Amino acid sequence: MIISARGLRKDFTVNRKVGRFRRERHVVSAVDGVDLSVERGEMLGYIGPNGAGKSTTLKMLTGVLTPSGGEVTVCGLAPVAKRTTLARRIGVVFGQRSQLWWDLPLAESFSLLRHIYRVPDSDHAARLKMCSQLLALDEFIETPVRQLSLGQRMRGELTAALLHGPEVLFLDEPTIGLDVLSKQAVRDFLAGVATRGDTTVVLTTHDLADIEKLCRRLVVIDHGRVVHDGTVDELHARYRSRRVIVADLDTPWPDGLTLPGADVTSVTADGHRVTLALDGATAGEVVAALAGAVPLRDLSVQEPEIEDVIAKLYRS
Amino acid sequence: MPRVQLALTSAGFRRYATYRQATVAGAFTNTVFGFLRCYILLSVAATAGGTVAGYGGPELATYVWMGQGLLAVVASWDQLDLAERVRSGDVVADLLRPVDPLWTYLWGELGRACFMVLTRFLVPTLIGAIAFGLYRPQHAVTYALFALSTLAAVLISFCCRYLIGLSAFWLLDIRGVTVFWVFVSGFASGLYFPLAVLPGWLSTALWVATPFPGLMQGPLDVMVERGGIGNALLVCVGQVAWVGILLLVCKWAQARAVRKLVVQGG
Repeated sequence: MIISARGLRKDFTVNRKVGRFRRERHVVSAVDGVDLSVERGEMLGYIGPNGAGKSTTLKMLTGVLTPSGGEVTVCGLAPVAKRTTLARRIGVVFGQRSQLWWDLPLAESFSLLRHIYRVPDSDHAARLKMCSQLLALDEFIETPVRQLSLGQRMRGELTAALLHGPEVLFLDEPTIGLDVLSKQAVRDFLAGVATRGDTTVVLTTHDLADIEKLCRRLVVIDHGRVVHDGTVDELHARYRSRRVIVADLDTPWPDGLTLPGADVTSVTADGHRVTLALDGATAGEVVAALAGAVPLRDLSVQEPEIEDVIAKLYRS
Repeated sequence: MPRVQLALTSAGFRRYATYRQATVAGAFTNTVFGFLRCYILLSVAATAGGTVAGYGGPELATYVWMGQGLLAVVASWDQLDLAERVRSGDVVADLLRPVDPLWTYLWGELGRACFMVLTRFLVPTLIGAIAFGLYRPQHAVTYALFALSTLAAVLISFCCRYLIGLSAFWLLDIRGVTVFWVFVSGFASGLYFPLAVLPGWLSTALWVATPFPGLMQGPLDVMVERGGIGNALLVCVGQVAWVGILLLVCKWAQARAVRKLVVQGG
């Protein structure tokens, strides 16, 4: 097990104004007893609404924030006590922070990192070559970081985090603010990292498409507690999110008509459009039954939206 | 120098080397103010019978022009990136590296100082030498002592500014501290006027109890051989002692700051 946290807590003390001069101290739990275990090579999506405690957890796992309680080890080390030792074995990308040298070309930031992490020349060259091919760094590697676009900088940040061959890669909203193409490039790259299986990845994001495309396992945190830990399918199953068939009809939907294994959830357009949620039957069976019952003009099958499920989870 | 340190120093050098126009503008400004200050001090000396607080014409010209050059090398007016990085939360990236940020910043700062010596120090010094004629040291060892004293001045300045940067962990907005520092370090380092013009007790107190004279007056007095080689050695020893003390204070303050750490805005 490469990451293990048991009962991980972080409390912050905040002062609230009471009356004109008085202030009251309140303790707010940003992370409230998180249990997490991650196996080597796993790619974990760690999501939650704003203020749920994602970044706080990540800071405790990387050793820049001392937990208020609980136990945590990363690569077998206690993160805060062994922060500098751990730093050689992990890579971190904070989407809204930069670890590159603002005034220097990207290439120089990379070579500086090689010295800081004491990476052998050949390893550095091999990893840089791989990253430049996959992330198309060549066109801007000689540009000073301050002149890079956000998408280019993020590709640089990912490379910088991987050049020392970390065992665990922590990504805090790596696709925030990126355009569609840059997001795609980052996701494809991370999918490649996941496929090779030698780097464990913990990804926090608000973009659920990142999770769907990359992570088999999903941990959802809300108000500092883990509210789901499992696959995306398990999440759908838990919230009974169902596939939906939307059918356009030549004649209006007959009142009271039901189909086995599907629920009619809405009838619109003067009865010419019907929406059915699958409930036990396959899409094929329902479509066959539908075609037998009414004259069909058009039909589509929609997968359940992860966003809807997550929204249900956050609200509950 | 080991490779990590060399890489960090040369990165510090190149970071500043990219800003060519700023370097030219800075050297130009230092030179213009050099003329102003030099004419004022020389006319004061002329009315006071040729010397000011024991400095003659060439010593005063050296004090002004090398002082104008050292201004950019010692850089006591410029704050380190540290404070801004604490405020923005970017400091978290510094803490996630396998090297102590104190040393990372220090080596980068030495690179910056090297670049400034080659540009912003040399230009005013050369112009001053051509326009006014500077003091020529009697002993060859003075040049070596001046180099040592300047290095110590850079390190003292670095430590003080690192402490100011660290104060951002508690204050977040360090503008007040910065204004206070700029005033005190300018006044007490001998930047505005030679410290010898102050009352004896005050000047002695500054030399003995504060690191400030080590920022400017120290290297400049070494260069004009004020008090001879003996005094120059004393100045250098004092500066080196301050570097040691301040580095320890930086280490201690950094440990406190990191313990307190709550990265802003995350």
